[in-house]
Amino acid sequence: MKIELRFFASLREALGTSHENILIPEFVNTISDLRSHLIGRGGAWAEVLEGSKTIRCALNQEMVSESTVLQEGAEVAFFPPVTGG
Amino acid sequence: MVIRIQEADFDLGAEIKEIRKGDLQVGAVVSFVGTVRDLNDGSQLTSMTLEHYPGMTEKALEEIADQAKSRWDIRNTLIIHRIGPMLPEDQIVLVAVTSAHRREAFAACEFIMDYLKTAAPFWKKEVTSEGGRWVDARVADEVAMARWNKS
Repeated sequence: MKIELRFFASLREALGTSHENILIPEFVNTISDLRSHLIGRGGAWAEVLEGSKTIRCALNQEMVSESTVLQEGAEVAFFPPVTGG
Repeated sequence: MVIRIQEADFDLGAEIKEIRKGDLQVGAVVSFVGTVRDLNDGSQLTSMTLEHYPGMTEKALEEIADQAKSRWDIRNTLIIHRIGPMLPEDQIVLVAVTSAHRREAFAACEFIMDYLKTAAPFWKKEVTSEGGRWVDARVADEVAMARWNKS
């Protein structure tokens, strides 16, 4: 399955990337699976996305929980809790 | 409903004049302006930068304004949020609501701000004498939002 990854704010800076198109293996079904898959890359990925950290995620530009199931061609964003206003 | 994300500053008087223009049902206008504070957690703030998620930001703000409209009998809603570099004292955000009576406009304006603080994808990065740092989300903002879900 092909998806588009987006990263914002402190996550974007720590990972050194804002955007990536990836092909994910079949066993990656949910956003939570995807997070674990990215942690598996090690280095900054493991550190930034590590399980105990509070990270928000959005699927196709809507805030969702990590149990949300991925869809082909989806835009998935990871970012810290928002601080606007 | 008017929603704008912009780098430029805004003029509260001109914006309010615009959202109530021609609507004779309006008897109340409530507005909130958020500004950049010069002190945050003890370090002197020299500047601030606001990042957002283009596309999602607009959708989130529309959803927030729609929810306010469905909860209260209001006439018009305006949300302006600035992005990019800002200095202490600068205006960051403007929320204005018009309605026939004040009660609805007060409530809707506060609701929109509380909701925006927890659900709109904006992030502040402060630059102080000690360097740059991303602002942490505040638990108080989550608590403020949760109040609206009780009723």
